[in-house]
Amino acid sequence: MALNRREFLKSAAAASAASAVGIAVPSNLQAAANDAEKGWRWDKAACRFCGTGCGIMLATKGGKIVAVKGDPAAPVNRGLNCIKGYFNAKIMYGADRLKTPLLRMNDKGEFDKKGKFRPVSWQRAFDEMEKHAKKALKESGPEGVAVFASGQYTIMEGYAAQKMMKAGFRSNAIDPNARHCMASAVVGFYQTFGIDEPSGCYDDIEITDTIVTWGSNMAEMHPILWSRVTDRKLSNPDKVKVVNIQTYTHRTCDLGDFNIIFSPNTDLAIWNYLAREIVYRDKKGGGKEDIIDWDFVNKHMVFATGPVNIGYGMRRKGEKSLTPVRPDGSAGKYTAKEMQTINKEMEKKISAKEAPALAPFGKKEGEVLKNTPGTLKHWEISFEDYKKSLEPYTLDYVAKIAKGDPNESLESFKKKLQMLADLYIEKDRKVVSFWTMGMNQHTRGTWVNTLSYNVHFMLNKQAKPGSGAFSLTGQPSACGTAREVGTFCHRLPADMMVKNPKHRAHAEKVWGVPAGTLNPVGNQHIMKIHRDIEDGVVKFAWVNVCNAYQDSASAKHWIKAAREMDNFIVTSDGYPGISAMVSDLVLPSAMIYEKWGAYGNAERRTQHWRQQVLPVGDAMSDTWQWVEFAKRFTVKDLWGPYTLRNGKKLPDVRKDAKKMGYNDDTTMYEILFANEKAKKNYPLKPNEFPQKGFDNSEAMGDARNVVGSDGKVFKGYGFMIQEYLFEEYASFGRGHGHDLAPFNVYHKVRGLKWPVVDGKETQWRFNVKYDPYAAKANPGGDFAFYGPLAKALPKGDLTGIKDKKKKPLPNKAKIFARPYMDPPEMPDKEYDTWLCTGRVLEHWHSGTMTMRVPELYRAVPEALCYMHPNDAKAKGVKRGELVWVESRRGKVKARVETRGRNRPPQGLVFVPWFDEKVFINKVCLDATCPMSKQTDFKKCAVKIYKA
Amino acid sequence: MAKSSDNSRRKFMATTLQSVGLTAFAGVLWSGYSAEAKAAKLVLRPPGALPEEDFLKACIKCGLCAEACVNRDTNVDKETGKQRPGTLKMAKGGDHKLVGTPFFTPRDVPCYMCDDIPCVPVCPSGALSEASVTDEKGELDIKKARMGLAVVHKESCVAFWGLQCDACYRACPLMDEAISLEYQKNDRTGKHAFLLPVVHSDVCTGCGLCEKACVTEKAAIFVLPTDYATGKAGDHYVKGWDKKDQLRVGDRDMDKIETKTKRSEETPVDYLNKEIAY
Amino acid sequence: MKKIKYLLLRRFTQIGLLVLYFGANAYGWNILKGTFGSSVLFGVIPLADPYTTLQVLATGFVIGSDVLLGAAIITLFYFVIGGRAFCSWVCPINMVTDLANWLRRVLKLDKEEVNYRFLKRSVRYWLMVLGLIVSAVVGVAAFEVLSPITIMQRGIIFGFGAGISVVIAIFLFDLFGVKNGWCGHVCPLGAAYSLIGQKSLIRVKHDHDACTACMECKVVCPENQVLWMINKESVSVTDGECTNCGRCIDVCGDNALEFGIRAMAQKQKEATA
Repeated sequence: MALNRREFLKSAAAASAASAVGIAVPSNLQAAANDAEKGWRWDKAACRFCGTGCGIMLATKGGKIVAVKGDPAAPVNRGLNCIKGYFNAKIMYGADRLKTPLLRMNDKGEFDKKGKFRPVSWQRAFDEMEKHAKKALKESGPEGVAVFASGQYTIMEGYAAQKMMKAGFRSNAIDPNARHCMASAVVGFYQTFGIDEPSGCYDDIEITDTIVTWGSNMAEMHPILWSRVTDRKLSNPDKVKVVNIQTYTHRTCDLGDFNIIFSPNTDLAIWNYLAREIVYRDKKGGGKEDIIDWDFVNKHMVFATGPVNIGYGMRRKGEKSLTPVRPDGSAGKYTAKEMQTINKEMEKKISAKEAPALAPFGKKEGEVLKNTPGTLKHWEISFEDYKKSLEPYTLDYVAKIAKGDPNESLESFKKKLQMLADLYIEKDRKVVSFWTMGMNQHTRGTWVNTLSYNVHFMLNKQAKPGSGAFSLTGQPSACGTAREVGTFCHRLPADMMVKNPKHRAHAEKVWGVPAGTLNPVGNQHIMKIHRDIEDGVVKFAWVNVCNAYQDSASAKHWIKAAREMDNFIVTSDGYPGISAMVSDLVLPSAMIYEKWGAYGNAERRTQHWRQQVLPVGDAMSDTWQWVEFAKRFTVKDLWGPYTLRNGKKLPDVRKDAKKMGYNDDTTMYEILFANEKAKKNYPLKPNEFPQKGFDNSEAMGDARNVVGSDGKVFKGYGFMIQEYLFEEYASFGRGHGHDLAPFNVYHKVRGLKWPVVDGKETQWRFNVKYDPYAAKANPGGDFAFYGPLAKALPKGDLTGIKDKKKKPLPNKAKIFARPYMDPPEMPDKEYDTWLCTGRVLEHWHSGTMTMRVPELYRAVPEALCYMHPNDAKAKGVKRGELVWVESRRGKVKARVETRGRNRPPQGLVFVPWFDEKVFINKVCLDATCPMSKQTDFKKCAVKIYKA
Repeated sequence: MAKSSDNSRRKFMATTLQSVGLTAFAGVLWSGYSAEAKAAKLVLRPPGALPEEDFLKACIKCGLCAEACVNRDTNVDKETGKQRPGTLKMAKGGDHKLVGTPFFTPRDVPCYMCDDIPCVPVCPSGALSEASVTDEKGELDIKKARMGLAVVHKESCVAFWGLQCDACYRACPLMDEAISLEYQKNDRTGKHAFLLPVVHSDVCTGCGLCEKACVTEKAAIFVLPTDYATGKAGDHYVKGWDKKDQLRVGDRDMDKIETKTKRSEETPVDYLNKEIAY
Repeated sequence: MKKIKYLLLRRFTQIGLLVLYFGANAYGWNILKGTFGSSVLFGVIPLADPYTTLQVLATGFVIGSDVLLGAAIITLFYFVIGGRAFCSWVCPINMVTDLANWLRRVLKLDKEEVNYRFLKRSVRYWLMVLGLIVSAVVGVAAFEVLSPITIMQRGIIFGFGAGISVVIAIFLFDLFGVKNGWCGHVCPLGAAYSLIGQKSLIRVKHDHDACTACMECKVVCPENQVLWMINKESVSVTDGECTNCGRCIDVCGDNALEFGIRAMAQKQKEATA
């Protein structure tokens, strides 16, 4: 059979690339390489790092990972990686891996908060944890035991932790670092769609005509996706447009047809400008064009709004650490300077900048807005009201407040805004809007997320191939573990909520715990846990797979509270970092390829891997740590009555437990983990796929013969615990739009995008053509936004609810009226510069892994303070000199860079946060989106001066 | 008496001859050693350094440049406040570079391209030419420095494998000018692009920040002395599409207009007088 | 106890200068920067080694005016005042060769200087000239390529490499090979300073009346040919090869040797006559 030329070229390219190194490897070298491979075992896994979710292959030899390659069969990356992925084989082998538990002790060998870390056995470690957790329960109830959880947990770890916390400890104080990363996107999804996670997928990139990035440096943060965007642009440079909307110029801007540099927080105004253009140019909005797809909007949309005086998610007056208020303006543990900002949480004078935007909501400039704590409350409004809310966003107003580069002319900025509107509006032009932390880490993060859907919905450019607003996830399993498993304080698996009695009942049933066990109050989000430690409520906190003391803003307060107050902080980690240093007990954790696991990426793709190697030293997985911890607590210890601090009572469920066959001394281990269901349904099959030939330290113990929590060699649980945890978790979502495939299937495929229905993954949700759930909800129709949350609303106008009667809104999504508002802290005379933080390509998060890879460390050894050359000149500092970056909360020293990858406009500096030696979170403000509780790491006011 | 004076004269002659001979011997040895010592070619010199041949003549090996480099006010360790290792090192025995001359090794410490170029104005001998790094306005301009030229080894550069790296590009202080990215479609995957680093020799200063940042085991982008990293197109051809290209070739040496190959060695007459074989 | 006043003073000067140079690099002190080849005093006054400067000029390079001025200052200083004092008061190799010399005496390796046929004290002048010729031929300051003086000084300031071996070689050469081998026979820089310092003002003067002819001075003197007048007549040591080290003064038990100023020494001589 003859190949045509095109096919020939294709296969030739594939052949040359299959040898990876490719081109000119001398044949003898090639032979040597083949020989070396003989002792290697290759197996598939997922990359450890970002939310892109690249597939990789790992080679193991002699019990160590010796090499990594991109998985050519992985649809996301087709064998490619970024340079973090390139080093997956090296991340577990830093010289300072934690290998044994370490406890702060005095010379007598007793725990001492002021003592030095010394090695202890696992048994001793769990003894101390048990003692302090019980003490915390006694003193503060379930609210006193907390977990800093993670979007980097494996699905099984997250599920085990959440089960033990919520069903065992009856505590909802488990919240992941994903709160810092995705919470605004989540609440945006909930409010708009009634269900979490994006409608589209990465395949949109190859289909779309327009890529607009909003507050996202994809080129550095999602490099593999960015190379797909680049490829799309190359494939049709004239048609395909790339626009970047950012607060400073960075790598992503290189590819932009044009880039919009806006003033921090005014992305709200730009989205509303786009919406205004759409509405006011449309015939029904008083214009002359047919822009809005009214058929779509009438069938599938309602308009809605909510209160605007929701504060900024900071501490509120009356909280323990804010009392007493002193005459000098300081309050409790906060200085007068800090209080200048925190006071805005209670009331804020409306500024000239935000006044026009707030006018339709009945507010005036100079008026003092009395803020109430953030609420998810919203109500339906009319299209006319929605249109009224958009009225202020004229080109003049938006250009005036949003232009971010003082050196750009207003005219040029206006022109770009118009070009942007035209691109979105252009008939038949497919548009994808991508965003990352710029829109999520935002004191109006939920709002700005919902505003993005407004534009796409009105144009009927959502949930369609090549069109849609798509939230890019930061972490490898922020979607898979944190969100889908629900390791948030307010969530249960599969989009269920702790405050919903039906959801609790369902979870109690699946988990085999008495009715009424689960705590209905889930308000201890990650910043609240920090604040509760500072208030003396949380007395036992466990840091899992994150670096809670480096990654949280206003860090000085939390570190002081951890080190100086009566509490017990435990950190499980592979490497020692700030959190471990702040802790009282450090546990050595197995790292990613030292355990069976699964991650879920930003496009709903679930990917599993097997344990490739034994952990180093005595390290054990977090799953194991949780299950061993569960052995220390019995029905008697945990399931008595409690009164929560808001007065709510948790019932005594011990009697019901007895009815279920448990007794006072039955351990949580027996109930939650090693129960009959687990042991019967998930037996070990060491001679069958996928278990055959692979270690399973938790299920079978391993050759290291680690001495476990009872002082005896750990021999394994005797059943396939990871499969049990995964399958039980998956049972929550099956049949509810979250369907996952069976455990074993994931070991054969390169991940599947849920819902997986009849063995088939789903690319575009809510679209009848692609999503079986949508097809079921709206037979014969086109779309069905079937998400079940907040699907009945009262009616009102922009100022409030007028008709309290809730009207159901089946299969509808929402378009929200939400105004531009100022963030709580803006540059002023003294603190005259915006500070934005973020990442760099070379390093992952707090650098615990990547700062230990010599090549990455050499490439970027320290965090720099990127600033405009004119600012540097004005402040009398030279490139390369050290400056203090100081806010009302603290200061750090950093080296000035005025050239290179990040080029802020005058008045803004960018400092990445990976470097613990440039501890920028001491400077950042812990203001959050009051609805999502996600911290705004992108905005606070600082001054810069020579160090 | 005469004999003795004759003897002493002969002795004097012999001694002189011997001295001269030995001096010559020493001179030859010394020259040989010196020539060998300065023969280390792949050396990167400070900004503003004269062409190597002149630099070696001029450098007085005083170390003032290296001292200025290590003590520049931007070279402070964040935590300790103490100086970090400087870029410029003074060659010592074992470095295999002319001893006492300043050089730098980018993979260890690259040149950070200080705007005020502290190393150049302190040079007392003129081995580092201030004029060569001064712009038309009379201000120091480090962009004019030509310490070397970065070269990419495509086979070991992971960007040419399709990986998303460009660490060198991001590290480049003259990003988009000295190193830019060339986008190419990756036909193997069908949906990714190559982002390939391309060095522009007219802008690259040879600071070596790219070499330092390169994440491969041995840097896949590295700085070579400009002479070694550049070729030269002929003076006889000028790009028809580039008006400025004539500047590249300058004036031609009229003595070198005539060409000679093995075929044209003979005079026409000599050639013609050879009989043709038939 | 033997007097070691000048020895201590010299060591203090030599080490003090090295400390200043070291501090300039290590701590950014702005007193004396650079190396002997070329330095800057107080950030303003240029200093340069005359012989090094000549070598650079010999290569055909038109050297910067800072160096020329610096070389002029140094030349003038030694010409008028110091004589060959560089070798004993500044040069760090002097400490090495002094140590070798002292060890020779302790180990009793020899009492007398052996007269090597091809290693006369005049060799250094040949080498000095040769250094300039080689510089011109090869196009690099030739003595600087192997000068143990600057190698040692740079070693102290910037860190030794394999360069330390040159210093060790000279130590061994002076200890086991030729007495005063390096400084007294080979070093072209010393030769240059001998020429420069011939007419300088500071001179050791000898008082014949006080001398008891113990010859201690001749034992310690690294250039003892300059002490021809000991036990002969009361004159100053005017030979340029004298390094003004003052060891002879230190060891003299009779106060027969002292530093003086050349003109006065002359006058005194006339007076005694």
